[in-house]
Amino acid sequence: MTATTLYGLCGAALVGLGLYGLICHPGALRKILAFNLLGGGVFLLFGVIAQRGGGALTAAGLGAGGDPVPQALVITGLVVAFAATAIAVALLRRLATASGHSTLDQAPPGDPGP
Amino acid sequence: MNMALAADAFLALLILGLAIWTIAASQTYGAVVGFVAYGLLVALVWVRLGSVDVAMTEAALGSGLTGLLLLGAAAHLAPLEAAERQARPGPWLRLLVGALCVAVTAVLAAVVLSLPEPAPTLAPAVAEHLATLGVQNPVTGVLLGYRAIDTLLETVVLVPALVAVWSLATDPAWGGRPASPGPRDPGSALTLLAQVLPPVGILVGIHLLWIGADAPGGKFQGAVVLAAMWVLVLVAGLRRPPALAGRPLRWLIVLGALVFIAIGLSGVWLAGAFLAYPEGLAKPLILAIEILLTPSLAVILGLLLLGPAVTDRGSGT
Repeated sequence: MTATTLYGLCGAALVGLGLYGLICHPGALRKILAFNLLGGGVFLLFGVIAQRGGGALTAAGLGAGGDPVPQALVITGLVVAFAATAIAVALLRRLATASGHSTLDQAPPGDPGP
Repeated sequence: MNMALAADAFLALLILGLAIWTIAASQTYGAVVGFVAYGLLVALVWVRLGSVDVAMTEAALGSGLTGLLLLGAAAHLAPLEAAERQARPGPWLRLLVGALCVAVTAVLAAVVLSLPEPAPTLAPAVAEHLATLGVQNPVTGVLLGYRAIDTLLETVVLVPALVAVWSLATDPAWGGRPASPGPRDPGSALTLLAQVLPPVGILVGIHLLWIGADAPGGKFQGAVVLAAMWVLVLVAGLRRPPALAGRPLRWLIVLGALVFIAIGLSGVWLAGAFLAYPEGLAKPLILAIEILLTPSLAVILGLLLLGPAVTDRGSGT
């Protein structure tokens, strides 16, 4: 097994972990965290595919390697993921201020509801 | 198993351990701290995967700024956490979801293990034409040359993202200042750091922008470092967050996207296609886009972190 394959498996595990947290955690902030883990796993899979396709650039003497197209997509993806997280956090903080709870349920237990 | 592979396996296990901690920790604040550490280790993985450009972006943006954003939210929401725990799904449901997630991971792992050999790649196409763009860093070449349309859409989409965050302000606060991100009474160490680090950080940010054409770096990495320096000054309380209604601020936000679109449109009649660069002018135009985009990106990333306005417009506090 090569290191690249190893990190590919790590990315696959991160996707599964993130998906579990996204579904099972009732707290919206924990869902945002889990979603970022899931995204991190997907980015790692991109990185693995980029690394495998890098031979031509190394041969041409342009950098240590990796297919630059998936790498550029990951950089774009990281910036957009940050923007999406910022929107989600702003929505959540407003929800918490307005309604006094931090879950997405209509009426969480212990709360009489509106 | 050789030493390098053993180190890689150790790194992968550490990352998985931190990811499990992030999901399983009982306190959200602790989970976010785990997430920040996880992000820094993932940046190491990106170096191991031969992509220093992505590693820098991950460390600064994915771990640093995202971590700061989530830490602030976790502290804000901490009093509401007790109610969350009562809403957890039952053990059978969690077992079912766990099985589903293991299945998803298993399918992805099978895909990773059966990737085609030799790997399909666009690297030769990039390497072949990189010289005509005049840049040495292939990632910069892709971001501003071959896939410039993706980069354009991304920089444009940051502006509506910021508008979306701003529009969550209450009516009286619209156009006012965001909440100060720092503690009410910052210690002297934080103040000293915020006085000493920014000059160095700003130089590093500009350096990253400038070398991005030929070495790992570029406008995103430079902009994130600049944004981090600005946020550090705000966290230490040395400056107040800006009033969001300010004209110069709003022009600065849209400047990068406007220049990018203008250069893209000029390509329609100078070179025959949207975002095409005329012969021999590719390098200067790419530099112009990078240099003008950086301040816009830095300001947008900082403002996304600060969140919507909370104080009344015009009131002093």
